Amino acid sequence: MTTLTPVLSANWDRADSFTLEGYRATGGYQALRTALGMAPDTLVDLVKASGLRGRGGAGFPTGMKWGFLPKDNPNPRYLVVNADESEPGTCKDVPLLLANPHVLVEGVIISAYAIRSSQAFIYVRGEVLHVIRRLRHAVEEARAAGLIGTDILGSGFDLDVVVHAGAGAYICGEETALLDSLEGYRGQPRLKPPFPAVAGLYASPTVVNNVESIASVPAIVANGAEWFTAMGTEKSAGFGFFSLSGHVTRPGQYEAPLGITLRELLDMAGGIRAGHRLKFWTPGGSSTPIFTEEHLDTPLDFESVGAAGSMLGTRALQIFDETTCVVRAVGRWIEFYAHESCGKCTPCREGNYWMVQVLDRLEHGQGTEADLDKLLDICDNLLGRSFCALGDGAASPVMSSIKHFRQEYIDHVAQGGCPFDHRKSTVWADRAPAGAQAGEEER
Amino acid sequence: MSTTFPEDVRARLEVDAKEIIGRYPRQRSALLPLLHLVQAEEGYVSAAGIRFCADQLGLTTAEVTAVATFYTMYKRRPTGDYHVGVCTNTLCAVMGGDEIFAALKEHLGVGNDEATEDGRVSVEHIECNAACDFAPVVMVNWEFFDNQTPESARRLVDDLRLGKDVRPTRGPDRLCTWKEASRILAGFGDGRGTEGVQAGGPSLEGLRLARERGWAAPDPAATRTAPAEGDGDEGSAK
Ligand SMILES: Cc1cc2nc3c(=O)[nH]c(=O)nc-3n(C[C@H](O)[C@H](O)[C@H](O)COP(=O)(O)O)c2cc1C
Ligand code: SF4
Ligand code: FES
Repeated sequence: MTTLTPVLSANWDRADSFTLEGYRATGGYQALRTALGMAPDTLVDLVKASGLRGRGGAGFPTGMKWGFLPKDNPNPRYLVVNADESEPGTCKDVPLLLANPHVLVEGVIISAYAIRSSQAFIYVRGEVLHVIRRLRHAVEEARAAGLIGTDILGSGFDLDVVVHAGAGAYICGEETALLDSLEGYRGQPRLKPPFPAVAGLYASPTVVNNVESIASVPAIVANGAEWFTAMGTEKSAGFGFFSLSGHVTRPGQYEAPLGITLRELLDMAGGIRAGHRLKFWTPGGSSTPIFTEEHLDTPLDFESVGAAGSMLGTRALQIFDETTCVVRAVGRWIEFYAHESCGKCTPCREGNYWMVQVLDRLEHGQGTEADLDKLLDICDNLLGRSFCALGDGAASPVMSSIKHFRQEYIDHVAQGGCPFDHRKSTVWADRAPAGAQAGEEER
Repeated sequence: MSTTFPEDVRARLEVDAKEIIGRYPRQRSALLPLLHLVQAEEGYVSAAGIRFCADQLGLTTAEVTAVATFYTMYKRRPTGDYHVGVCTNTLCAVMGGDEIFAALKEHLGVGNDEATEDGRVSVEHIECNAACDFAPVVMVNWEFFDNQTPESARRLVDDLRLGKDVRPTRGPDRLCTWKEASRILAGFGDGRGTEGVQAGGPSLEGLRLARERGWAAPDPAATRTAPAEGDGDEGSAK
């Protein structure tokens, strides 16, 4: 049986977990001392040996990415942390930054030292004001303690860290769109190659990593690569947040080794809410093809989820029970993709627009069976043909839902409307009827 | 309507703008924070605000407008002092966000992205705000109001209109206004980063269970290959 392995969340039940003092009381910033005593390249090798793979969705090996920085480029190098967290269902970086911003700050200092960068940026989505306050507070505390600035801990290493607030655009989570946004432009993806490692921020060598990836670095430095690989699977090493949301008894953050299953996680989270059963779920956010109960025992690691036809993504496990209409769920996600499409390429800009129209008429019983082929046809033009992964992501819920729930789409057509009562899906649906609470309301 | 700020406003904002620009290796990177700054002044990004940003960075107003219109957080007309965002992305919508959004529009008599006549409260539906484990989620001036119901949301906007003190579930001790929030986004702190809880209920579920069952990550001493293994004294208390 797999058990939980709180590392990044291990101090979250301390009221002062977000302060420098609270972080230090649980061993914080000791890894930084160790790291500054090592050669930068040794640190890169350590992260390579740990097998750490990007926690922002794509799972690219972190150490290998760092190793791609060209040795002979005279331009300054930049470290950019992706804290844009906007993929529907993804809700791990925000609680991490609220409760333990210093673990990211320590990770930033170590990682910047490892890649020989003296300027780091943390790009935070703008819609989380208190996260921005907390993070800035942590950076200021670290600066006042001499952990950021010049000659850090007497090592001769200099680093400046800027917390930069975004302004509302999912696409700015895509790393090259993020860089354009950070340069003060509309956030639209760039053609790759060149990859950011070669020509990133201001066309200089740049590493872009997710919050959780960088926050995992201090523990690897402190405890060693073998410690990290003792968790997880051979190709998906270590631990990560599994974020359960929706129709579960105890939604929340569960930090566990990669390779844990939804069955195990549901068991820990008290199961599907009382009196209901699992219908469908996303393994890693709305851009990953949906799963059903037949995937309850699929190990949640990069390889196994891929082999089962989806993607591990951000481990955003959105759980829906039998009261949920899959057509409505997918329609809402596609409205999101249509709204967030940056408009740069035709398949995504036009495809999502039309999918919204088709899904809307299907949901309201005005569609036809031929609409399903139309949707699959549009997805065909999206998948692999759009400029960035946002377009590919939009095809995922549509194609996978038609694969698993074709009959439900047809039922909408046959009945001329939605067969579900949406009220039954709400969190308050199973609570005591309104009458029982009347006394309280009148108070 | 004037397309430039009055002289005193411009002079005051120029000091802030200098500070913002100074944070970046290249000045154009300051554009997003500058747009937050002008939004903090007027509550939205006006023609005067665009002009100001363009002047600070040596850009044309067309270049600044192209950026400002790309990002949904910049408003082109005034919002309420308290801007309420109801998450209606799939997870929250299913859990009751749709009902909450409908209830608020009806209760306030406004449409999407409209403000009440007194200018106190505006409502819009928003996308996933990275708080799905607290669904259904409502944001006010980008602070978290977790686990809402139609009743709690109606009470919330009533309190906002009456000027009562309102506390986010994971945020500072009291709400700031829309303009004050925009100023924080521009990079000027209000000294309240240490207020509020470190973590809300769902954030702690996994940790609570791990403590209860005695689960933890492996002991590093036991995973190191170099020193002798199996020696019980290895795992010295940290
Ligand atoms: C549309 C889109 C949105 C994305 N949003 C995020 C995000 O919010 N946070 C993130 O870390 N990565 C996001 N990514 C992935 C990034 O492009 C990139 O792979 C990642 O930041 C690299 O960091 P990692 O290797 O540490 O995972 C997104 C990708 C796409 C295509
Ligand atoms: S796929 Fe969509 S988001 Fe990506 S570049 Fe094309 S239009 Fe923009
Ligand atoms: S879907 Fe509402 S916060 Fe994620």
